[in-house]
Amino acid sequence: MRKKFYWIALAAAVLLGAAVSPFASEWLDGLERVAKDKGFLARGEGEPLLAAPIPDYAFPGIAKAGWATAAAGAVGTLLTFALALALASALRRRRGK
Amino acid sequence: MHIPDGFLDAKTFITLDVVAVGFVAAAAARARRVLSERAVPLMAVLAAFIFAAQMLNFPVAGGTSGHFAGGALAAILLGPWAGGLVITLVLVIQALAFGDGGMLALGANVFNLAVVAPFVGYGAYSLLRKVFAGEAGRFVGAFAAAWLAVVAAASACAAELAIAGTVPFAVAFPAMVGAHALIGLGEGVITAAALAAIRASRPDLLELGRGGAA
Repeated sequence: MRKKFYWIALAAAVLLGAAVSPFASEWLDGLERVAKDKGFLARGEGEPLLAAPIPDYAFPGIAKAGWATAAAGAVGTLLTFALALALASALRRRRGK
Repeated sequence: MHIPDGFLDAKTFITLDVVAVGFVAAAAARARRVLSERAVPLMAVLAAFIFAAQMLNFPVAGGTSGHFAGGALAAILLGPWAGGLVITLVLVIQALAFGDGGMLALGANVFNLAVVAPFVGYGAYSLLRKVFAGEAGRFVGAFAAAWLAVVAAASACAAELAIAGTVPFAVAFPAMVGAHALIGLGEGVITAAALAAIRASRPDLLELGRGGAA
């Protein structure tokens, strides 16, 4: 198995999630822009049903916004990798079938 | 275009929650029959890449940004079923851990981004590959399919907002399609670039999703 590709791809993803994410645009996204222009943005700003552990991609307890985003990105990217690996391993076709 | 709770009414989000559960059940059943062992690590790194890339909003017009969604890329690589499962997982993590996209609206977000986008993207890519054969066709097809996938997802989102009574379709549709026609250009570039990077390093992985079976 040629695993090198996957490790490089994962490292690139973590780098994007942790090192590039603090520099992402903070402008409203497409749907938020439409919601603001058409007057229904406030409808989405109620209390969340369940409090998210890392709300708005800011890791709690980190004062500097950029570092909080970077930590959230690193944790989220690695968490997604781990859960996707577990899901795909559980779902894949069994050998011999 | 993650819909927060509050934008959709109960009939709309409940219907789409049921549809999303149905999609996940069907895609999981299909994966058990066809998902190859070789697709497992690709699904994992693809999910990680899409999660990270979705954090990277790029400006598209004054005061408006967009980010990569990944539906077409996942479907081109894995087929629309396994590709849609990858996007679904990303959406679940975003909603539960990061509060991005509503909990009740999760089904709507799965429908738009993990069903409509991958299936439209996959269908468009398959058709375009028949018209534009060869290596250039791969990238032209991927760019166009990714653009179309984003615009289709935005159209579905506009329809849901209209059905929910939040905003009339005649208002929502042009606004959503207008914004996402620009965001879709970024989606197209990133999708084509990701395929180029895979082709340069692991061209064998480009054939995994052929015929929709990873």
